[in-house]
Amino acid sequence: MAKDLVSALADLKEKEALKIVEDRLNAKEDPLKILDDARRAMEIVGKRFADSEYFIPDLVYAGEILKAITEKVKPKLTKAAETKRLGKVVFGTVAGDIHDIGKDIVVFMLDVNGFEVHDLGVDVPAQKFVDKIKESGAPVVGLSGFLTLAFDSMKQTVDAMKAAGLRDKVKVMIGGGQITEEVRKYTGADAYGKDAMAGVALAKKWIGAG
Amino acid sequence: MEKKWEEMSSEEKQEALFQKWLSPKDPEGKDLKFQSPQAEKAYKERVTRIKDAIQMKKLPDRVPVFVLPSYFPAYNAGITPRDAMYDYGKLHAAWKKFLLDFEADGHLGADMPGPGRFLDILDYKSYSWPGHGVAPEQSHQCNEGEYMKADEYDDLIQDPSNFINNVYFPRIFGTLQPFQTLQPLTGVLEIYGIGYNFFPFGIPPVQEAYKALLEGGNEVMKWLMAIVGWNMEMTATGFANIIGGFTKAPFDAIGDTFRGTKGIMMDMYRQPDKLIEALEAMALIMIKKGVGHAKANGHPLIFMPLHKGADSFLSDEQFKKFYWPTFRKVIMGLIAEGVVPMPALEGKWNTRLEVIQDLPKGKSLWMVDQSDIAKAKKTLGKVACLFGNVPSDLLTLGTPQQVKDYVKNLIDTVAKGGGFIVCNGAFFDQAKPENVKAIVETTKEYGAYK
Repeated sequence: MAKDLVSALADLKEKEALKIVEDRLNAKEDPLKILDDARRAMEIVGKRFADSEYFIPDLVYAGEILKAITEKVKPKLTKAAETKRLGKVVFGTVAGDIHDIGKDIVVFMLDVNGFEVHDLGVDVPAQKFVDKIKESGAPVVGLSGFLTLAFDSMKQTVDAMKAAGLRDKVKVMIGGGQITEEVRKYTGADAYGKDAMAGVALAKKWIGAG
Repeated sequence: MEKKWEEMSSEEKQEALFQKWLSPKDPEGKDLKFQSPQAEKAYKERVTRIKDAIQMKKLPDRVPVFVLPSYFPAYNAGITPRDAMYDYGKLHAAWKKFLLDFEADGHLGADMPGPGRFLDILDYKSYSWPGHGVAPEQSHQCNEGEYMKADEYDDLIQDPSNFINNVYFPRIFGTLQPFQTLQPLTGVLEIYGIGYNFFPFGIPPVQEAYKALLEGGNEVMKWLMAIVGWNMEMTATGFANIIGGFTKAPFDAIGDTFRGTKGIMMDMYRQPDKLIEALEAMALIMIKKGVGHAKANGHPLIFMPLHKGADSFLSDEQFKKFYWPTFRKVIMGLIAEGVVPMPALEGKWNTRLEVIQDLPKGKSLWMVDQSDIAKAKKTLGKVACLFGNVPSDLLTLGTPQQVKDYVKNLIDTVAKGGGFIVCNGAFFDQAKPENVKAIVETTKEYGAYK
C-alpha cells in the first residue's frame, strides 16, 4: 500500500518515511519529486512548530530524517533541485559567543519558510558579516547571541555595517536568551525577535513577502 | 545523647545540616574564629535569614538578598576571566572585592572559574575557556558533542565508572586518551588472572597519561587551597556561602555533556526505553553526589543548574515522560537526607510550574530567571522558597533607579508572607556595578518584614 511521504515525514515517522523513499526510488520515480514532497513535509513541520504543536526536539528530529532522505536520494539526482526563494538572509552567532541551538532553529524556520539563508556559524567576527552582506546582497541580517557579552558584539557588528556604508541597505534583527527591547536599542538593530517565529515574521515583513 | 544520622527523620537531618552551616569549622575541625563579634553576628543573621526564608515556618527579619554572578567579579575588579582562572592571587582579591563592594546575604564562593592550568594539562575538550578557544576577556562556553555514542547506554548503565574512566575520559581529555586501553575494575577478583587487569600500566603512553594526571592533581591542589582559604576568610568576615555542592537533573546530566542536546533529543524518539533506563540509573548517582557534597561540606544547600527542561526545549508530554520523573526522584532523594535542593530554572519554565509544584513544603529553594514570577509564586512558590528574577538586560543596560523600581515591585508582588529572596535571574558577566549595588541596597532598605 502506498503511504504518503509528506505525512510520514511531517508526523516524524522515520522508518516509514525512509521505507517510502526507498520504494519510490526502486520504482524509478523522479528523485526531484521525492525531494519536493520532503520540502512540503518540512513546511508542515515548520507550521506545527509555529503553532506550538511541535517543539525543538521535533524540529531537530525532522531535520535528521530529512538528512537521511537526502542522502538516499542524492546519488540518483541528475540535475539540481530548483526552488523559488523569497529572499536572502545572512545569519550568525556574534563574535565571542559559540551558542548555536537558538541560531539553528531560526535558520531552520527561515529555510522552511522559503528564505535562502547564509548561515555563517558561531563566533562570527563583524567583518565576516560585512563581507557576506556585500557578496550576497542580502537585505536582511540576523544576529544571534546567548551571553551578555553578545550585547557588545552585536553593537560592534551593527557599527561595522554602518562603517562599511551598508546600514541603510539592510534590516538587522537580533535574538537570544537574554535579548530584550532594551538590548535592541543599545545595539542599534532594527528589531528583536523573542522566538524563531518572530524572526520569520520580521524577514517576511522586510522582504515584502508577508 | 546525639541521635545517629540513620535514626534521624528527614526534618531532623535538615535541621542538623543547617546547624552545621550556622557553626562553620576550620580545617582542623575546630569552631572557626570570626574576625570580630560583629562578623560572627552578621554571619549568623545571614544564614538564619536564609534558613527562615527556605523553611517557610516563620518570617525572616527581612527579605534576604543574593547576588550570584558568573564572571562579573573579574570585570568588577578590572581583571579578565582568564586571570581569574590562572592567577589564584588575582582570583582571591577580585572575588573578595566583589563581596565587600556589594555585601549581599549570600554568595556562590570563588570556585566558578576553574583551575585553568589543570584544564591545559588534561587538554579538556568539552569546553572552551578564556584564552583557550574564546578570548581571555570572555566566559567559558560548552563545546557540545556526542561524547557518549547512541549505542553506549548499556555501558553507562551497567558500569558507569568504568565507562566514564575508560571510554568517556579519553574523549573529553586529550591527555587521557591512552585510558582507552585500561581494563574494567570489575575484573579484579582473585589471584588467578590478576596480571591481565594491570598490564596497561606498563604501557608507556598510559604511564605518560598518569604522570600528566599527577601534575594536574598538584595544580588542582594549589587551586583548592586558594579556594578554601578564600572561603574561610570570607566566612570569618561574616559572609555566607550558599553552595554546599552541586548535582544535576538526570536528563541534563546525560543531555548536556554525555549525549549532547541533539543526541538526547534523538534518543527520545529512537530509543526512549533505553534513555529512561539510563535516567533512572543516573538519578541514583545524582542523589549520592548531592548528599555526599552536603555531608562532606556540612552544608544543606545543593545547587542544581537546570537546562533542557525549559519551555519549548521539550513538549509538555516529553517533559512529563523524560525530564520530571527522575528530576523529582533526585529532589526527593536529597530531601530525604536533609539536603535542600536548590534548582535554577534557567530561561522560561512557565508551562512547567504546575507540574513541579508537587513537592513537600519548605524543603527546597528555586532560582527563577525569566519565568512569570507572579505565576511562579502562586504555584511552586506555595511550597518552596523562590529567588531571582532581576533581569540581565536591566543590570547591563538599565539605571540604578530602574533596578530599584524593579526590586521594589518584586518585593511587593512576591515577597509577602516570606518564601522569597531577591536575586539576579541569570548568572551574569557584564553589569554596571551601580545596578548590582541597587539590588542589595533596595532590598535592605525596602525588604523589612514589619
